[in-house]
Amino acid sequence: MIIAKNLVKKYKEFAAVDGISFEVAPGESFGLLGPNGAGKSTTMRMVGAVSTRTSGDLSILGLDPNAYGPEIRSRLGVVPQSDNLDTELRVRENLLVYGRYFGLPRKQVAERADELLAFAQLEDKAKSKVDALSGGMKRRLTIARALINDPKILLLDEPTTGLDPQARHILWDRLFRLKEQGTTLLLTTHYMDEAEQLCDRLVVVDKGAIMAEGSPAELISKHSSREVLEVRFGSDRNAQVAEQIAGFGDRIEVLPDRILVYSSNGEREMERMTQAGLHPITSLVRRSSLEDVFLRLTGRTLIE
Amino acid sequence: MTDSDTSVAASVTAARPMRALYAGNARSVMQRGWRATRSSNWMIVVSGFFEPIFYLLSMGLGLGALIGTITTETGEEVPYAAFIAPALLAVSAMNGAIYDSTWNVFFKMQFAKLYEGMLSTSLGPLDVALGEISLALLRGAIYATGFMLVMQALGLNLSWWALLALPAVLLIAFGFASVGMAITSYMKTFQQMDWINLFLLPMFLFSATFYPLSVYPQGIQYVIQALPLWHGVELVRGLTTGLVGPGMLWHVLYYVVMILVGLVFTTRRLRVLFLD
Repeated sequence: MIIAKNLVKKYKEFAAVDGISFEVAPGESFGLLGPNGAGKSTTMRMVGAVSTRTSGDLSILGLDPNAYGPEIRSRLGVVPQSDNLDTELRVRENLLVYGRYFGLPRKQVAERADELLAFAQLEDKAKSKVDALSGGMKRRLTIARALINDPKILLLDEPTTGLDPQARHILWDRLFRLKEQGTTLLLTTHYMDEAEQLCDRLVVVDKGAIMAEGSPAELISKHSSREVLEVRFGSDRNAQVAEQIAGFGDRIEVLPDRILVYSSNGEREMERMTQAGLHPITSLVRRSSLEDVFLRLTGRTLIE
Repeated sequence: MTDSDTSVAASVTAARPMRALYAGNARSVMQRGWRATRSSNWMIVVSGFFEPIFYLLSMGLGLGALIGTITTETGEEVPYAAFIAPALLAVSAMNGAIYDSTWNVFFKMQFAKLYEGMLSTSLGPLDVALGEISLALLRGAIYATGFMLVMQALGLNLSWWALLALPAVLLIAFGFASVGMAITSYMKTFQQMDWINLFLLPMFLFSATFYPLSVYPQGIQYVIQALPLWHGVELVRGLTTGLVGPGMLWHVLYYVVMILVGLVFTTRRLRVLFLD
């Protein structure tokens, strides 16, 4: 569905995307994971055929976006990072008008709009003003709008950023349904849990380049240990304690507020620490996550 | 790839070279504007209609009673109200077109991100430009028709040529809408938008709107004649007073050039902004 090879986008001298390659298969849910400014949105704009690449190859649905922009756009659904719903129109009108932009027949658009309102759980808001909707509802409406042309691929740029946990879960549920129906999803996120929930496969992106690629489980097993022990000794003591426990676990990562000990068995590391006479203020053993993968690969946390 | 993919590729090779700019669907952009007007801002539209009528009543009838008749460029005597009414008609076309193509467009570009949404569909920048401008035109046409009816009721249309004033007004509105949208697409802040008003008000007052151009010294006359509104005023005035001459074709040409230049710049700019 999507083939990108050595994709580069430069703004003057600055390379926002610096040689990214990936492929997305039909029905797959593919993620671009990385911090703000990693080049995720720029990549999405190139895939969405609204930004031309500086160099490299890109094929969307078998077509080159440089030559077939309108054809590609007519078969994509786009959910941009910030909502750009039409606030001068009512909820249902947003869907109707958007469908007409694709040149779809009025009757078909009206039927589809009603289906999508049901899908987005916004039936009783059909006549509401857009500004009266909550953040989660606006997002759902944006997703419904992106589906009006029955797209082959749905592009989602940080779909749940800024939403409260409940709204995020409703949204994930909707996206999961789309996935089950066979829609190909390409999404960006800087949330680990989101990537783990929604992506079959993902690339970790930093500073315009790909750091790693694989399924969430593969990435975790390859770049991190099974468990992580998080201990806090207070911000002034962390660095000092870290020297004492050097050699614990497979690897140790010192952050300003805590120390992470990577190990196949977190409890065992905790026991060793107690035996060494170290008593952290708080301690926690958890499963390793994509956050740890990112930290390992870049030396930085995702949300700083 | 699937069959449908190859068929798209095949149909495209035979397609128009303009397809990246224009999908032939400006209509959907117009329909969107019509819906938006109907559901949220029709009051502004109504108020824009009455402004030139109030001018006509106060200045045409009020001042007209003191002034009586006025001598035009070609030497004919015309009642004062009949002299300024066509100018106000041209001005109302300009105002309607400018409002829709500047403030409205500015808001949609900078805040509502409306065009970003439109251009991520199969619409091209020329669809958006033409759709928005056509809507401004439609509004200009409604204002103009209403104003012409008021003129007719007051006996200010002195000739059958006045019927041609309607298309002339549309041409004027098209010119201003096209250039207005082009200029707006380069604006980034509210302060810059105010410059447009700073330019429009003096142009409204001095473009031979309320008195003949001949009151000015020669040098200033040239300046006024270079500005778009003067051409509009003269064109409409010639038609409603029936003082028609071949020189009026220059006014038409002036607006045709404005329309083309505006469209080229708007399309180019939208492409740079949203399809970089």
